[in-house]
Amino acid sequence: MSTHDAHVRYVLALADDALIASQRLGEWIASAPELEEDVALANIGLDLLGQARALLTHAGEVEGEGRDEDALAYFRDEREFLNVQLVERDNGDFAVTMARLLLLSTYLHELWSALRASTDDVLAAVAAKAVKEADYHVDHARMWVLRLGDGTEESHRRMQAALEAEWPFAAELFDATHAPASLVESGIAVDPGTFRDAWTKRVEAVVSEATLALPDVRPAVTGGRHGIHTEQMGYLLAEMQHIARSHPGATW
Amino acid sequence: MVTTSTLKDAREVAGAVPDPEIPVLTIEDLGILRDVEVDDAGRVRVSITPTYSGCPAMEAIRADVTAALKSEGYDDVTVDLVLSPAWTTDWMSEEGRRKLEAYGVAPPTARPSDGPVPLTLSLRCPQCGSPDTRELSRFGSTACKSLWVCNTCREPFDHFKSI
Repeated sequence: MSTHDAHVRYVLALADDALIASQRLGEWIASAPELEEDVALANIGLDLLGQARALLTHAGEVEGEGRDEDALAYFRDEREFLNVQLVERDNGDFAVTMARLLLLSTYLHELWSALRASTDDVLAAVAAKAVKEADYHVDHARMWVLRLGDGTEESHRRMQAALEAEWPFAAELFDATHAPASLVESGIAVDPGTFRDAWTKRVEAVVSEATLALPDVRPAVTGGRHGIHTEQMGYLLAEMQHIARSHPGATW
Repeated sequence: MVTTSTLKDAREVAGAVPDPEIPVLTIEDLGILRDVEVDDAGRVRVSITPTYSGCPAMEAIRADVTAALKSEGYDDVTVDLVLSPAWTTDWMSEEGRRKLEAYGVAPPTARPSDGPVPLTLSLRCPQCGSPDTRELSRFGSTACKSLWVCNTCREPFDHFKSI
Protein backbone atom coordinates (compact mmCIF):
# COMPACT_ATOMS: atom_id res chain seq x y z
CA MET A 1 0.00 0.00 0.00
CA SER A 2 1.33 3.43 -0.90
CA THR A 3 1.95 5.98 1.84
CA HIS A 4 -0.83 8.04 0.34
CA ASP A 5 -3.39 5.22 0.67
CA ALA A 6 -2.12 4.37 4.14
CA HIS A 7 -2.54 8.02 5.14
CA VAL A 8 -6.17 8.03 3.98
CA ARG A 9 -6.90 4.78 5.82
CA TYR A 10 -5.27 6.04 9.00
CA VAL A 11 -7.36 9.21 9.12
CA LEU A 12 -10.47 7.19 8.25
CA ALA A 13 -9.82 4.74 11.09
CA LEU A 14 -9.59 7.62 13.59
CA ALA A 15 -12.69 9.25 12.09
CA ASP A 16 -14.70 6.03 12.20
CA ASP A 17 -13.87 5.35 15.86
CA ALA A 18 -15.21 8.80 16.73
CA LEU A 19 -18.22 8.65 14.41
CA ILE A 20 -19.46 5.23 15.50
CA ALA A 21 -18.84 5.88 19.21
CA SER A 22 -20.81 9.11 18.80
CA GLN A 23 -23.71 7.31 17.14
CA ARG A 24 -23.92 4.82 20.03
CA LEU A 25 -23.76 7.55 22.68
CA GLY A 26 -26.59 9.37 20.95
CA GLU A 27 -28.82 6.35 21.58
CA TRP A 28 -28.73 7.17 25.29
CA ILE A 29 -30.48 10.49 24.85
CA ALA A 30 -33.77 10.27 26.76
CA SER A 31 -32.83 6.80 28.08
CA ALA A 32 -30.03 7.55 30.55
CA PRO A 33 -30.58 7.04 34.32
CA GLU A 34 -31.08 10.77 34.90
CA LEU A 35 -31.57 13.94 32.89
CA GLU A 36 -28.06 15.24 33.59
CA GLU A 37 -26.72 12.03 32.12
CA ASP A 38 -28.77 12.41 28.93
CA VAL A 39 -27.12 15.80 28.58
CA ALA A 40 -23.65 14.53 29.45
CA LEU A 41 -23.69 11.63 27.00
CA ALA A 42 -25.12 13.87 24.28
CA ASN A 43 -22.30 16.34 24.91
CA ILE A 44 -19.62 13.67 24.75
CA GLY A 45 -21.20 12.29 21.58
CA LEU A 46 -21.25 15.78 20.10
CA ASP A 47 -17.55 16.30 20.81
CA LEU A 48 -16.82 12.99 19.08
CA LEU A 49 -19.06 13.90 16.16
CA GLY A 50 -17.25 17.20 15.73
CA GLN A 51 -13.91 15.39 15.71
CA ALA A 52 -15.29 12.83 13.25
CA ARG A 53 -16.50 15.54 10.88
CA ALA A 54 -13.11 17.26 10.80
CA LEU A 55 -11.37 13.92 10.30
CA LEU A 56 -13.72 12.67 7.58
CA THR A 57 -13.37 15.97 5.71
CA HIS A 58 -9.61 15.66 5.97
CA ALA A 59 -9.61 12.01 4.84
CA GLY A 60 -11.58 13.07 1.76
CA GLU A 61 -9.10 15.87 1.02
CA VAL A 62 -6.08 13.62 1.41
CA GLU A 63 -7.75 11.02 -0.80
CA GLY A 64 -8.37 13.67 -3.46
CA GLU A 65 -11.29 12.00 -5.17
CA GLY A 66 -13.90 14.55 -4.23
CA ARG A 67 -15.56 12.68 -1.37
CA ASP A 68 -16.74 14.98 1.44
CA GLU A 69 -17.67 14.13 5.03
CA ASP A 70 -21.21 13.11 4.08
CA ALA A 71 -20.08 10.85 1.23
CA LEU A 72 -17.74 9.09 3.64
CA ALA A 73 -20.18 8.82 6.53
CA TYR A 74 -23.30 7.85 4.62
CA PHE A 75 -22.21 6.17 1.42
CA ARG A 76 -19.56 3.72 2.50
CA ASP A 77 -20.59 0.14 3.18
CA GLU A 78 -19.81 -1.80 6.31
CA ARG A 79 -16.60 -3.41 5.06
CA GLU A 80 -15.16 0.03 4.29
CA PHE A 81 -15.47 1.20 7.90
CA LEU A 82 -12.24 0.87 9.86
CA ASN A 83 -13.38 1.49 13.44
CA VAL A 84 -12.61 -0.90 16.28
CA GLN A 85 -15.39 -3.27 17.31
CA LEU A 86 -15.30 -1.82 20.84
CA VAL A 87 -17.29 1.22 19.71
CA GLU A 88 -19.87 -0.45 17.47
CA ARG A 89 -21.41 -3.06 19.76
CA ASP A 90 -24.77 -2.49 21.44
CA ASN A 91 -24.69 -0.15 24.41
CA GLY A 92 -25.66 -2.75 27.00
CA ASP A 93 -26.60 -1.35 30.39
CA PHE A 94 -25.28 1.94 31.76
CA ALA A 95 -22.31 0.20 33.41
CA VAL A 96 -21.24 -1.28 30.06
CA THR A 97 -21.38 2.16 28.47
CA MET A 98 -19.24 3.61 31.26
CA ALA A 99 -16.71 0.75 31.11
CA ARG A 100 -16.42 1.28 27.36
CA LEU A 101 -16.12 5.04 27.74
CA LEU A 102 -13.33 4.61 30.27
CA LEU A 103 -11.34 2.26 28.00
CA LEU A 104 -11.97 4.31 24.87
CA SER A 105 -11.51 7.83 26.17
CA THR A 106 -8.35 6.96 28.09
CA TYR A 107 -6.97 5.56 24.81
CA LEU A 108 -8.13 8.63 22.89
CA HIS A 109 -6.59 10.97 25.43
CA GLU A 110 -3.21 9.27 25.00
CA LEU A 111 -3.61 9.15 21.23
CA TRP A 112 -4.50 12.83 20.82
CA SER A 113 -1.74 13.86 23.22
CA ALA A 114 0.77 12.12 20.96
CA LEU A 115 -0.79 13.29 17.69
CA ARG A 116 -0.42 16.94 18.64
CA ALA A 117 3.09 16.49 17.23
CA SER A 118 1.91 14.88 13.97
CA THR A 119 3.55 16.15 10.78
CA ASP A 120 0.05 16.18 9.30
CA ASP A 121 -0.98 19.72 10.30
CA VAL A 122 -4.70 19.01 10.21
CA LEU A 123 -4.33 15.93 12.42
CA ALA A 124 -2.20 17.96 14.82
CA ALA A 125 -4.88 20.68 14.96
CA VAL A 126 -7.72 18.21 15.55
CA ALA A 127 -5.59 16.53 18.22
CA ALA A 128 -4.88 19.78 20.07
CA LYS A 129 -8.60 20.39 20.37
CA ALA A 130 -9.67 16.80 20.98
CA VAL A 131 -7.19 16.19 23.79
CA LYS A 132 -8.91 18.81 25.93
CA GLU A 133 -12.31 17.29 25.23
CA ALA A 134 -11.07 13.75 25.94
CA ASP A 135 -9.90 14.99 29.33
CA TYR A 136 -13.51 15.68 30.30
CA HIS A 137 -14.66 12.34 28.86
CA VAL A 138 -12.13 10.33 30.85
CA ASP A 139 -13.09 12.22 33.95
CA HIS A 140 -16.79 11.52 33.45
CA ALA A 141 -16.26 7.79 32.91
CA ARG A 142 -13.92 7.62 35.87
CA MET A 143 -16.42 9.24 38.24
CA TRP A 144 -19.13 6.76 37.24
CA VAL A 145 -16.88 3.70 37.40
CA LEU A 146 -15.84 4.75 40.91
CA ARG A 147 -19.40 5.45 41.97
CA LEU A 148 -20.79 2.18 40.62
CA GLY A 149 -17.81 -0.02 41.50
CA ASP A 150 -17.58 1.29 45.04
CA GLY A 151 -21.36 1.63 45.45
CA THR A 152 -23.94 -0.97 46.34
CA GLU A 153 -23.53 -4.72 46.02
CA GLU A 154 -25.67 -4.65 42.88
CA SER A 155 -23.88 -1.72 41.24
CA HIS A 156 -20.52 -3.34 42.05
CA ARG A 157 -21.62 -6.63 40.48
CA ARG A 158 -22.86 -4.93 37.33
CA MET A 159 -19.80 -2.68 36.97
CA GLN A 160 -17.56 -5.73 37.27
CA ALA A 161 -19.64 -7.63 34.70
CA ALA A 162 -19.42 -4.62 32.38
CA LEU A 163 -15.64 -4.55 32.60
CA GLU A 164 -15.50 -8.28 31.83
CA ALA A 165 -17.72 -7.70 28.78
CA GLU A 166 -15.70 -4.79 27.36
CA TRP A 167 -12.17 -5.84 28.27
CA PRO A 168 -11.73 -8.41 25.45
CA PHE A 169 -12.42 -5.64 22.92
CA ALA A 170 -9.89 -3.19 24.36
CA ALA A 171 -6.92 -5.08 22.92
CA GLU A 172 -7.95 -4.06 19.41
CA LEU A 173 -7.26 -0.43 20.28
CA PHE A 174 -3.59 -1.37 20.11
CA ASP A 175 -3.77 -3.17 16.79
CA ALA A 176 -1.46 -1.06 14.62
CA THR A 177 -2.77 -2.30 11.26
CA HIS A 178 -3.93 1.20 10.38
CA ALA A 179 -0.62 2.76 11.48
CA PRO A 180 2.06 1.01 9.38
CA ALA A 181 5.74 1.71 10.05
CA SER A 182 6.10 3.97 7.00
CA LEU A 183 3.37 6.27 8.28
CA VAL A 184 4.81 6.32 11.78
CA GLU A 185 8.30 7.07 10.45
CA SER A 186 7.03 9.99 8.42
CA GLY A 187 5.60 11.43 11.61
CA ILE A 188 2.00 11.38 10.41
CA ALA A 189 0.77 8.51 12.58
CA VAL A 190 1.48 7.26 16.07
CA ASP A 191 1.94 3.56 16.85
CA PRO A 192 -0.65 2.96 19.60
CA GLY A 193 1.70 0.40 21.13
CA THR A 194 3.88 3.28 22.34
CA PHE A 195 1.27 4.34 24.87
CA ARG A 196 -0.19 0.97 25.80
CA ASP A 197 1.64 0.91 29.14
CA ALA A 198 0.45 4.39 30.02
CA TRP A 199 -3.11 3.40 29.10
CA THR A 200 -2.96 0.21 31.18
CA LYS A 201 -1.62 2.08 34.18
CA ARG A 202 -4.35 4.71 34.05
CA VAL A 203 -7.17 2.20 33.59
CA GLU A 204 -5.80 -0.08 36.32
CA ALA A 205 -5.67 2.83 38.75
CA VAL A 206 -9.38 3.58 38.24
CA VAL A 207 -10.37 -0.10 38.40
CA SER A 208 -8.55 -0.63 41.65
CA GLU A 209 -9.80 2.60 43.21
CA ALA A 210 -13.32 1.43 42.31
CA THR A 211 -12.68 -1.79 44.29
CA LEU A 212 -13.06 -3.76 41.07
CA ALA A 213 -10.85 -6.54 39.73
CA LEU A 214 -9.00 -6.41 36.43
CA PRO A 215 -10.68 -8.96 34.18
CA ASP A 216 -8.72 -12.09 33.45
CA VAL A 217 -10.18 -12.74 30.02
CA ARG A 218 -8.67 -13.36 26.60
CA PRO A 219 -8.82 -10.71 23.88
CA ALA A 220 -11.71 -11.15 21.46
CA VAL A 221 -11.04 -12.13 17.86
CA THR A 222 -11.72 -8.85 16.11
CA GLY A 223 -10.73 -7.16 12.86
CA GLY A 224 -12.33 -3.73 12.75
CA ARG A 225 -9.18 -2.14 11.29
CA HIS A 226 -9.54 -4.57 8.36
CA GLY A 227 -13.22 -3.75 7.88
CA ILE A 228 -14.46 -6.86 9.68
CA HIS A 229 -17.36 -5.98 11.96
CA THR A 230 -19.89 -7.54 14.30
CA GLU A 231 -23.50 -8.17 13.39
CA GLN A 232 -24.52 -5.12 15.43
CA MET A 233 -22.59 -2.80 13.10
CA GLY A 234 -25.03 -3.55 10.29
CA TYR A 235 -27.99 -2.39 12.32
CA LEU A 236 -26.14 0.73 13.44
CA LEU A 237 -25.26 1.70 9.86
CA ALA A 238 -28.78 0.98 8.65
CA GLU A 239 -30.12 3.49 11.13
CA MET A 240 -27.36 6.06 10.61
CA GLN A 241 -27.33 5.94 6.81
CA HIS A 242 -30.92 5.27 5.93
CA ILE A 243 -32.17 8.84 5.45
CA ALA A 244 -29.18 9.93 3.37
CA ARG A 245 -29.57 6.86 1.15
CA SER A 246 -33.36 6.92 0.87
CA HIS A 247 -33.48 10.61 0.05
CA PRO A 248 -30.15 11.50 -1.59
CA GLY A 249 -29.44 15.21 -1.47
CA ALA A 250 -32.22 15.93 1.04
CA THR A 251 -31.68 19.07 3.10
CA TRP A 252 -33.41 20.59 6.11
CA MET B 1 -17.52 50.20 -6.53
CA VAL B 2 -17.10 51.13 -2.90
CA THR B 3 -13.78 51.87 -1.33
CA THR B 4 -13.00 50.33 2.04
CA SER B 5 -12.66 53.78 3.59
CA THR B 6 -16.37 54.42 3.14
CA LEU B 7 -17.30 51.19 4.86
CA LYS B 8 -17.51 50.48 8.53
CA ASP B 9 -14.45 48.60 9.69
CA ALA B 10 -14.97 44.93 8.80
CA ARG B 11 -13.43 43.68 12.03
CA GLU B 12 -15.79 45.85 14.04
CA VAL B 13 -18.80 44.56 12.11
CA ALA B 14 -17.82 40.89 12.39
CA GLY B 15 -16.79 41.29 16.04
CA ALA B 16 -20.19 42.72 16.99
CA VAL B 17 -22.05 39.57 15.90
CA PRO B 18 -23.63 37.97 18.97
CA ASP B 19 -23.05 34.34 19.87
CA PRO B 20 -26.27 32.48 19.02
CA GLU B 21 -26.20 30.40 22.23
CA ILE B 22 -25.15 33.19 24.62
CA PRO B 23 -26.43 36.31 22.87
CA VAL B 24 -25.13 38.61 25.60
CA LEU B 25 -21.62 37.93 24.30
CA THR B 26 -20.23 38.90 20.92
CA ILE B 27 -17.94 36.57 19.07
CA GLU B 28 -15.18 39.08 19.79
CA ASP B 29 -15.85 38.79 23.56
CA LEU B 30 -15.69 35.00 23.28
CA GLY B 31 -12.40 35.07 21.44
CA ILE B 32 -13.68 32.91 18.61
CA LEU B 33 -13.18 35.64 15.99
CA ARG B 34 -9.61 34.96 14.93
CA ASP B 35 -8.93 37.19 11.99
CA VAL B 36 -10.56 39.56 9.51
CA GLU B 37 -8.77 40.54 6.33
CA VAL B 38 -10.00 42.88 3.63
CA ASP B 39 -8.12 42.92 0.31
CA ASP B 40 -7.84 45.79 -2.15
CA ALA B 41 -10.90 44.61 -4.05
CA GLY B 42 -13.01 44.74 -0.87
CA ARG B 43 -13.19 40.98 -0.42
CA VAL B 44 -13.40 39.94 3.22
CA ARG B 45 -11.92 36.78 4.65
CA VAL B 46 -12.96 35.98 8.21
CA SER B 47 -11.46 33.22 10.37
CA ILE B 48 -13.42 31.82 13.28
CA THR B 49 -12.56 28.96 15.62
CA PRO B 50 -14.92 26.57 17.44
CA THR B 51 -15.00 26.42 21.23
CA TYR B 52 -15.55 22.65 21.04
CA SER B 53 -15.09 20.37 18.01
CA GLY B 54 -18.79 19.62 17.81
CA CYS B 55 -20.11 23.11 18.56
CA PRO B 56 -23.34 23.23 16.53
CA ALA B 57 -23.37 27.04 16.61
CA MET B 58 -20.53 27.38 14.11
CA GLU B 59 -22.82 27.20 11.07
CA ALA B 60 -25.12 29.85 12.55
CA ILE B 61 -22.15 32.08 13.37
CA ARG B 62 -20.79 31.69 9.86
CA ALA B 63 -24.16 32.74 8.41
CA ASP B 64 -24.57 35.62 10.87
CA VAL B 65 -21.08 37.01 10.15
CA THR B 66 -21.70 36.84 6.41
CA ALA B 67 -25.08 38.56 6.74
CA ALA B 68 -23.71 41.29 9.03
CA LEU B 69 -20.88 42.11 6.63
CA LYS B 70 -23.18 42.07 3.61
CA SER B 71 -25.56 44.49 5.26
CA GLU B 72 -22.61 46.88 5.68
CA GLY B 73 -21.76 46.67 2.00
CA TYR B 74 -19.19 43.91 1.91
CA ASP B 75 -20.50 41.72 -0.89
CA ASP B 76 -17.78 39.13 -1.13
CA VAL B 77 -17.37 37.37 2.21
CA THR B 78 -15.65 34.08 3.00
CA VAL B 79 -15.73 32.62 6.50
CA ASP B 80 -13.08 29.99 7.27
CA LEU B 81 -13.14 27.62 10.20
CA VAL B 82 -9.68 27.27 11.73
CA LEU B 83 -8.83 24.63 14.34
CA SER B 84 -5.29 25.57 15.20
CA PRO B 85 -4.28 26.88 17.65
CA ALA B 86 -7.10 25.37 19.71
CA TRP B 87 -9.45 27.84 21.35
CA THR B 88 -9.10 28.36 25.07
CA THR B 89 -11.25 30.21 27.60
CA ASP B 90 -8.17 32.38 28.21
CA TRP B 91 -9.12 34.20 25.01
CA MET B 92 -12.38 35.40 26.49
CA SER B 93 -12.12 39.14 27.12
CA GLU B 94 -12.47 40.71 30.57
CA GLU B 95 -15.51 42.50 29.24
CA GLY B 96 -16.88 39.13 28.14
CA ARG B 97 -16.38 37.67 31.61
CA ARG B 98 -18.23 40.57 33.21
CA LYS B 99 -21.12 40.32 30.76
CA LEU B 100 -21.33 36.58 31.28
CA GLU B 101 -21.59 36.93 35.06
CA ALA B 102 -24.21 39.68 34.77
CA TYR B 103 -26.16 37.34 32.47
CA GLY B 104 -26.19 34.65 35.17
CA VAL B 105 -23.46 32.37 33.88
CA ALA B 106 -20.40 31.87 36.08
CA PRO B 107 -17.37 32.81 33.94
CA PRO B 108 -14.47 30.41 33.39
CA THR B 109 -11.91 30.21 36.14
CA ALA B 110 -8.19 30.31 35.44
CA ARG B 111 -7.25 27.45 33.20
CA PRO B 112 -4.91 24.80 34.57
CA SER B 113 -1.61 25.26 32.77
CA ASP B 114 -1.34 21.56 31.99
CA GLY B 115 -2.46 18.18 33.24
CA PRO B 116 -5.92 17.06 34.26
CA VAL B 117 -8.89 19.37 34.73
CA PRO B 118 -9.30 19.87 38.47
CA LEU B 119 -12.33 18.07 39.88
CA THR B 120 -13.44 20.57 42.44
CA LEU B 121 -13.52 24.24 41.70
CA SER B 122 -15.11 26.70 44.04
CA LEU B 123 -17.47 28.93 42.09
CA ARG B 124 -19.33 32.01 43.18
CA CYS B 125 -23.07 31.97 42.49
CA PRO B 126 -23.74 34.55 39.75
CA GLN B 127 -27.17 35.21 41.29
CA CYS B 128 -26.49 35.83 44.98
CA GLY B 129 -22.70 35.79 45.12
CA SER B 130 -22.48 32.95 47.63
CA PRO B 131 -19.36 30.77 47.40
CA ASP B 132 -21.38 27.79 48.67
CA THR B 133 -22.16 26.09 45.38
CA ARG B 134 -21.90 22.60 43.98
CA GLU B 135 -21.59 21.01 40.58
CA LEU B 136 -24.62 19.03 39.38
CA SER B 137 -23.12 17.87 36.12
CA ARG B 138 -19.90 18.37 34.19
CA PHE B 139 -22.01 18.79 31.06
CA GLY B 140 -24.64 21.48 30.58
CA SER B 141 -27.04 22.92 28.04
CA THR B 142 -24.26 23.56 25.51
CA ALA B 143 -20.88 21.94 24.93
CA CYS B 144 -19.07 24.80 26.65
CA LYS B 145 -21.01 24.83 29.93
CA SER B 146 -21.45 22.74 33.09
CA LEU B 147 -24.45 22.78 35.40
CA TRP B 148 -24.24 24.04 39.00
CA VAL B 149 -26.56 24.84 41.88
CA CYS B 150 -26.19 27.37 44.68
CA ASN B 151 -26.65 25.94 48.19
CA THR B 152 -27.56 29.38 49.55
CA CYS B 153 -30.19 30.73 47.14
CA ARG B 154 -30.99 27.26 45.75
CA GLU B 155 -30.92 28.54 42.16
CA PRO B 156 -29.30 26.45 39.45
CA PHE B 157 -26.82 28.19 37.17
CA ASP B 158 -24.52 27.50 34.24
CA HIS B 159 -20.75 27.70 34.41
CA PHE B 160 -18.66 28.38 31.34
CA LYS B 161 -16.10 25.57 31.59
CA SER B 162 -12.41 26.31 31.51
CA ILE B 163 -10.68 24.60 28.65
